[in-house]
Amino acid sequence: MATSAREHAHAPAPSKTGLWSWLTTVDHKRIGILYGASAFIFFLIGGLEALLIRWQLRIPENNFLSAEAYNQLFTMHGTTMVFLAVMPLSAMLFNYLIPLMIGARDVAFPRLNAFSYWVFILGGLFMNASFLFNAAPDAGWFGYANLTSKQYSPGMNVDFWVIGLQILGVASLAAAVNFFVTIINLRAPGMKLMRMPMFVWMSMITQVLLLLAFPVITVALVFLLTDRMFGTGFYIPAQGGDPILWQHLFWIFGHPEVYILILPPFGIVSEILPVFSRKPLFGYAAMVFSGAFIAFLGFGVWSHHMFSTGLGPIADSVFSLTTMLIAIPTGVKIFNWIGTLWGGSLQMKTPLYYALGFIALFVIGGLSGVMHASPPADLQQTDTYFVVAHFHYVLFGGAIFAMVGGAFYWWPKMFGYMLREGLGKVQFWIMFIAMNLTFFPMHYAGLHGMPRRTYTYVAGLGLDWLNLVETIGSLGLAVAFTLFMVNIFVSFRGRKANPAPADPWNGATLEWSIPSPPQEFNFPEIPTVEGRDPLWTAKRKHGGPLPEPKRVDGSNIHLPNPSYWPLVTAIGMSIMLIGFMAGGLPVNLIGVAILFFGAFRWAFEPTG
Amino acid sequence: MSHADAHAMHPPTATGLDTRKLAIWTFIGSECLFFASLISTYLVYKGKSLVGPLPHDASQCMLDGRMQQCEGVFEIPLVTFGTAVLLFSSYFVVKALSGAQRGNRKQLIGWLSATVVGGLFFVGMQVYEFYHFFHKGLGYTTNVFSASFYTLTGFHGTHVTLGVIWLSTVLVLAIRGKLPPEKALNLELAALYWHFVDVVWIVIFPVVYLMK
Amino acid sequence: MDGTSTPAEGHTHPTPALYLRIAVVLFVLTALEVGAYEVARRESPAGLAAIVVPLIVPILLVLSAGKFALVAMFYMHLKQDSKIFSGLFVFPLLLAAVIIVALVALFSVVHLVP
Ligand SMILES: [Cu+2]
Repeated sequence: MATSAREHAHAPAPSKTGLWSWLTTVDHKRIGILYGASAFIFFLIGGLEALLIRWQLRIPENNFLSAEAYNQLFTMHGTTMVFLAVMPLSAMLFNYLIPLMIGARDVAFPRLNAFSYWVFILGGLFMNASFLFNAAPDAGWFGYANLTSKQYSPGMNVDFWVIGLQILGVASLAAAVNFFVTIINLRAPGMKLMRMPMFVWMSMITQVLLLLAFPVITVALVFLLTDRMFGTGFYIPAQGGDPILWQHLFWIFGHPEVYILILPPFGIVSEILPVFSRKPLFGYAAMVFSGAFIAFLGFGVWSHHMFSTGLGPIADSVFSLTTMLIAIPTGVKIFNWIGTLWGGSLQMKTPLYYALGFIALFVIGGLSGVMHASPPADLQQTDTYFVVAHFHYVLFGGAIFAMVGGAFYWWPKMFGYMLREGLGKVQFWIMFIAMNLTFFPMHYAGLHGMPRRTYTYVAGLGLDWLNLVETIGSLGLAVAFTLFMVNIFVSFRGRKANPAPADPWNGATLEWSIPSPPQEFNFPEIPTVEGRDPLWTAKRKHGGPLPEPKRVDGSNIHLPNPSYWPLVTAIGMSIMLIGFMAGGLPVNLIGVAILFFGAFRWAFEPTG
Repeated sequence: MSHADAHAMHPPTATGLDTRKLAIWTFIGSECLFFASLISTYLVYKGKSLVGPLPHDASQCMLDGRMQQCEGVFEIPLVTFGTAVLLFSSYFVVKALSGAQRGNRKQLIGWLSATVVGGLFFVGMQVYEFYHFFHKGLGYTTNVFSASFYTLTGFHGTHVTLGVIWLSTVLVLAIRGKLPPEKALNLELAALYWHFVDVVWIVIFPVVYLMK
Repeated sequence: MDGTSTPAEGHTHPTPALYLRIAVVLFVLTALEVGAYEVARRESPAGLAAIVVPLIVPILLVLSAGKFALVAMFYMHLKQDSKIFSGLFVFPLLLAAVIIVALVALFSVVHLVP
């Protein structure tokens, strides 16, 4: 990026490096990198929490952790991985890739994009600041009422959770509006909806889910907040409230949230498989419609998380049916991925390893998921390690494998150098084996009746060796991610010797048509698209690989000015919400004042 | 390079639709689910309050452990008046927008001021209503009716207030002569938000106030 | 979807008279809502009121839906604007309605179980 020679023609040239340039950046690529770096750090924190949990459970009746500490760790592990790791890792890719893939210079609202990032990082830091007060959230990542009531959780723990999630929700909603509009409106000429790369399609569906699901948890959290702060009784039976309402509202959000986590990885895999099979994605239209169908059905299945609350036979049947139905479009996707590989000339590069790992592990997770769709089976499995096994196959075997594959795939584009293939493949095998060692025995532990979220277990129930194997597996996962960091370090050190060309993998999508890393303006000229896989078309027409694109002077290209008002507004927003927990009304009002001040300056500053 | 040039350089959008207008509609779609959650809660908790006061008169209601005559807190005439004002303010902003689009500054400023006044009146009505209910013994935490009612209508009122602030900002622009016809979109966006707040009330009014 | 760009602003807008007529209709529908409410709360309804009482909920919903549609179609210009905007509004609206109905149903069904 330092090599960009672009200057502003009509504004003082902003400095391109240093802290200030990052605090005021509105460049989607830089914001993407900020998201990625932050999310990876949170991922490591969440991973550390998981290791502590596993270390406690490695032997029966262990007292390495107290019950209280254990509660905080599993709550923060879940909350961190969902809201602070997987979602922002997706946000990194939305930011970095969507404008490049649709042939745009930036997102629709660059400053709103910066605002989303700052709100996200403030929310994440706030949530983790709870550890400093020894009051990390401890009521589980889905914070069931009435465990979260003031009566049963008198400390600040749940307050951190409620307010932290509320802040993070603002970030997600702002980003969702931005990316949805970006995809609809900023596509390059000829980039019709049915020509968009599958990652962009899955991202767009994800934004729709975010837009429709997050308002619901916002309301659920508002009720919890007023119950705790002002004494209302939304979830308190003694005041006429109903704790089950929380479960409904949470899962109306929570099930679509699962697809918010997994659809972007579906998109990643759908980009990797065709490129390394050397043939177009099989069943493009079926992939699009199955994704949309999954998202649509995703709003009609939420009560499968609540069979054990006694919904009655009618509701049980309806939600069981819709849940089983959702397996059909998911199966369509899996067959299409296999169809893409079928007969392809497979290039066994690192990203393909992870994409193949994804398919295998996600199928296992999907199958155990369909098992929970049956209420009688679910009553046996719910709240046991069987469920833990299921969603780790989906989210670790699925989402994380795809993310790591995506990291190997797009790293050269983002940073201009290749990651080491050999180390990447070693990491894959360690990850693949360790992942199964960690999570496969959980199926058995769960069916033997081992409950989730209990800090220990007694010896002699047949759980001892299963848990020991799981802990050994989790250490293997730690090794795998250490190797990933070593790979980044070693590759960075050797970046001069291993620079990335514009198109290292023979890619099909537009991001590979520009230098690695891209210049600030992305495309010197907005491309015109004539079909799917535009770069393959161009190469075919050209009769071979395209010449390496040159870095050009873009001083005549109009780009938005940097701005610090998104940061100010984000700080105001966070202070306003934190006021509910500390300082009360004066702090709320200070937050509102900063929020309005920032928003007005933002609205009226020249955008360049 | 002037700002007008800068705007002219924005490439045409893929759909031909204005990006900001698309964003406000996307946001409005999202808000539907926000109010749906609040309204659902109000309805789910209907008749679940353990103590009074309650919204409507009832000859037989179970309160404090015994059947008795209960008096409702709702003042239908007052809220009907507020509802009408909010509805008309939607009409006012339509007039203001057509004034802005045709470059009729008098029409723009007049009707937009009327919209802001209408919005302020509605907020005032709501503040008075809350105050009145409070004096009838209906605190925020009194029962699940009061909690869900105040949260739902309070959030709606917050939206009205934000709408008033937004429209006032546009009004200031208009008075300063910074809202020429080619920038009428600045008002159109605020007007769309304002109409949305109005249609939410069109749902709340019968569902909350008129259904027993 | 790409071909559905809208006519420019200020083009094919309904007349001012139509806007005013809609305002009047909105007012009348609101009056009907309140009227239906007043009729339904009488102690011993007879004649017309006897029909209104059992139908009060559907009557109010229909009147309210009518007002909603008028504002959305004309004041929010959905009738003449791009279908994309209508989609962005109508789809979440349907989902919102389904969720409200589902939650109310779920809580009343649970109530039947002793
Ligand atoms: Cu689910």
